Amino acid sequence: MSAILSVSGLEKTFGSVVAARDISLDIPAQQTVGVIGANGAGKTTFVNMITGHLTPTKGSIHFEGKDITGLPSRDITQMGISRSFQVAQVFPSLSVFDNMCAATAIARGDGRFISAALRSVHAPEIAADVNVAIELFQIAAYRDTLASTLPQGIRKLLDIAMAVAGAPRVLLLDEPTSGISIEEKFQLMDVVMSALKARNITVLFVEHDMEIVERFADRVLAFYDGTVIADGTPGETLGQARVQELITGAKLKLPHGEASPHA
Amino acid sequence: MLSRANLIGAVLFLAAGIIGFFLPPWLVSLLTIAFANALVVLGLIILWRAGLVPFGQALYYCSGAYTVALLARWAGVSDAFVLLIAGGLVAGIVAFLTGFLLARYREIFFAMLSLAMSMILYGVLVKTETLGSTDGFGVDPPHFLGYAPHGDALGFALYWFVLVVCAISALVIGVYFKSVAGALAVPIRDNEIRVEFLGISVTRLIHMKLVIAGTLAGVGGALAAMTIGHVDPNMSYWTTSGGFVFVTILAGAGSVAAAFVGSLVFEIVRSFAFAVLPGFWQMTLGIVLLLTILFLPEGLGSLATRFRRRKPDTKPVATS
Ligand SMILES: Nc1ncnc2c1ncn2[C@@H]1O[C@H](COP(=O)(O)OP(=O)(O)O)[C@@H](O)[C@H]1O
Ligand SMILES: [Mg+2]
Repeated sequence: MSAILSVSGLEKTFGSVVAARDISLDIPAQQTVGVIGANGAGKTTFVNMITGHLTPTKGSIHFEGKDITGLPSRDITQMGISRSFQVAQVFPSLSVFDNMCAATAIARGDGRFISAALRSVHAPEIAADVNVAIELFQIAAYRDTLASTLPQGIRKLLDIAMAVAGAPRVLLLDEPTSGISIEEKFQLMDVVMSALKARNITVLFVEHDMEIVERFADRVLAFYDGTVIADGTPGETLGQARVQELITGAKLKLPHGEASPHA
Repeated sequence: MLSRANLIGAVLFLAAGIIGFFLPPWLVSLLTIAFANALVVLGLIILWRAGLVPFGQALYYCSGAYTVALLARWAGVSDAFVLLIAGGLVAGIVAFLTGFLLARYREIFFAMLSLAMSMILYGVLVKTETLGSTDGFGVDPPHFLGYAPHGDALGFALYWFVLVVCAISALVIGVYFKSVAGALAVPIRDNEIRVEFLGISVTRLIHMKLVIAGTLAGVGGALAAMTIGHVDPNMSYWTTSGGFVFVTILAGAGSVAAAFVGSLVFEIVRSFAFAVLPGFWQMTLGIVLLLTILFLPEGLGSLATRFRRRKPDTKPVATS
């Protein structure tokens, strides 16, 4: 299996802070990769580099064999890598339907600005795509609701649905379940993952809940201090003593019988 | 294309044209200026929707006006259609060039940079003796495809000419507002980074808006130059830009119609206040703007759409 996404020697520094160091890995097409790590471990920085929001200080990123290191985010999106955000990024003054129309219209565009000025944003084929997508992501009941008034979970789903509107081949989800109650998390991930599987999308998702990681990921990357300290199947990664000590804290017997505080 | 709004618009423009025959020439000339200025306001509405308020739109207005005046005086061009297109084109090119810089700025920096650019043109015109310095110079009456009216007939011809240009502009900008590039104004105002991550360049979208708005301002300036029969550097002065922003806030950004409603109300209130309360006309305008902001925060234009539009549903319909 050849890699759809491949990074090598990735490093990012902010002044004296090293947010990412020496990250090298390959992701095969259609794999679902979970990313774990404490706050500040560099997970978002990793996502930001791949999607062009940050330029790596060192190293390279290849997507389908093409070097995409340092390209602007819009070019990377057009090539086929989309993302959702840790804090949902939607357009608060627009309805769910209009948010989706904007995303779909951009995705369907040919990149020419003249045609963008002539095609209607509510063209029948765009509206049809949007109606299918909001059914798929189960947000159709909120079609005409303003995004600013959406419940947190629905806003997260909208953010992801907007990212998927561009028919990406790789999708990066930065903490899709953050800010959502424990009861709702599984339901949200079920909706998202079945929608993505239906479209054969390669997924990388950042997640703090180990049950969710075990349930949805084929492979788990453990981040610590800017680098990947474990990479394998969920069982392998979560079973490693170092991961348990530094990240999950689970199943680790400390000398005095306390649980590790590094949740 | 022939939606209900377009049909209503066409009827209103036609009605305005016919009413012109029953109005005194001074009022016709006032309405002509009001409609010409409405085009500048329409351009500002395009930018305001994306959250941008330029305080130097007079740069393009003045470019359009001086293009007409220069062509008429030194190139002997007298056809109104040629002059109009030239005015719009030159202003559009100026907007395209300044846009490379302006499109990268936002908020107060955008407003001030745009103001600075307009003041450069003002400074140059004031210092240019051959163009009459601060006095400016006169513009000969235009011809319309060979028809060369004088006196009141010229006033009516210009009025009709301006109405036709406004109707065409309203139709085109109406299409633009519904287009992908036009509809992305609110997303740009709300969240630029998200727009970029969806795969389109915000800078280029804004650049396009600047060119459209600049062209409209140039067309407005060209029409004003023909109507007034004179151009001077004040057309690029910051108070001229400020006046257009004033009318835009009065009008609101809700629709194409708002530009025309706002501009007409502004000119009528100003002339009325000037005639009745000569010493207090600025104060009267200030009060009108204050009342509009307090009671019609979406501008006078929202009166036009208020009765037409269904209230958008802002409540969640159901929980899944
Ligand atoms: N734009 C930035 N400027 C400076 N430091 C940053 C920036 N973004 C991230 N960092 C730092 O990089 C480290 C990794 O952050 P981040 O990638 O957000 O972690 P995570 O997503 O795993 O919580 C942190 O120490 C953070 O403070
Ligand atoms: Mg993070």
